[in-house]
Amino acid sequence: MKSLAELKAIKDRVKSSVNVRDDIHGSIRVVVGMATCGIAAGARPVLNAFTEEVAKRKLEHVAITQTGCIGICQYEPVVEIYTPNGEKTTYVKMTAEKVARIVADHIVNGNVVAEYTIGTNTK
Amino acid sequence: MQELSLNILDIVQNSIKANATVVHLSVKKITSECALKIEIKDNGCGMSEEQVEQVMNPFFTTRTTRKVGLGVPFFKMTAEMTGGSFFLDSVVGKGTTVKACYKTDHIDMLPMGDIAATMMSLISVNPDIDFVFNSKVDNQEFCLDTREIKKELEDVPINSGEVLLFIKDFIDENQSNIEIII
Repeated sequence: MKSLAELKAIKDRVKSSVNVRDDIHGSIRVVVGMATCGIAAGARPVLNAFTEEVAKRKLEHVAITQTGCIGICQYEPVVEIYTPNGEKTTYVKMTAEKVARIVADHIVNGNVVAEYTIGTNTK
Repeated sequence: MQELSLNILDIVQNSIKANATVVHLSVKKITSECALKIEIKDNGCGMSEEQVEQVMNPFFTTRTTRKVGLGVPFFKMTAEMTGGSFFLDSVVGKGTTVKACYKTDHIDMLPMGDIAATMMSLISVNPDIDFVFNSKVDNQEFCLDTREIKKELEDVPINSGEVLLFIKDFIDENQSNIEIII
């Protein structure tokens, strides 16, 4: 059975591993649409998959945030990724399964996963 | 929405928009009476009387990206379709309380679903808001208060991956113990 006492050990582990967090320039921002449309379409498992995948890979330069409805409800769940070079990629009809590939290809290796983007999916 | 925990996630988005700093979520179930009550209470900016009247209307929203606002009407519907009831109280400058009461033996009763995933989502992207989650099923109680967690963590952010995974497991374990799923 878990208890809050375990937090102390977690705190010490996190502390020792994130010394570099302060001097990060150029972090990647992942924005998940969390309005009614996004949530109904499955944004929660997508958001949590990003959190878990980023934690698993110990990526310190990734900030995961949320936004409201951006007006393309028919393509929800929608995820936008902002990279330090100022580029924005919009991924549509997201699933938790697609997240692992986006983290590996786009966030870690810098290659946009074209087949999941809005450009490929709006015909 | 397939499960009530998604409706909860959606309703709390309103609290976030209202600049709440503390959001209380309580889930109470009395098995012998087939009664379930979900209450979400925030200390956000609140709504005027006119807004409270309008918020039940699916064609009212404060947003500008589209013309419908379905969060509150959906949540209200989940309760009313079980023969339950729905209340919304709001005071400008004080906050808003939303209550939904369910009759759990009704055929249209939705499952509670993954409440731990809802809490994890909320905490991960709103580290500055405090969440208090209370559940009471018959005589068994569980409480998670992010203020207590933050106190333990000191300067480690509550939305660090490892902390979030711990919170999710912590809620999951305790919730499976008390069988909140209907």
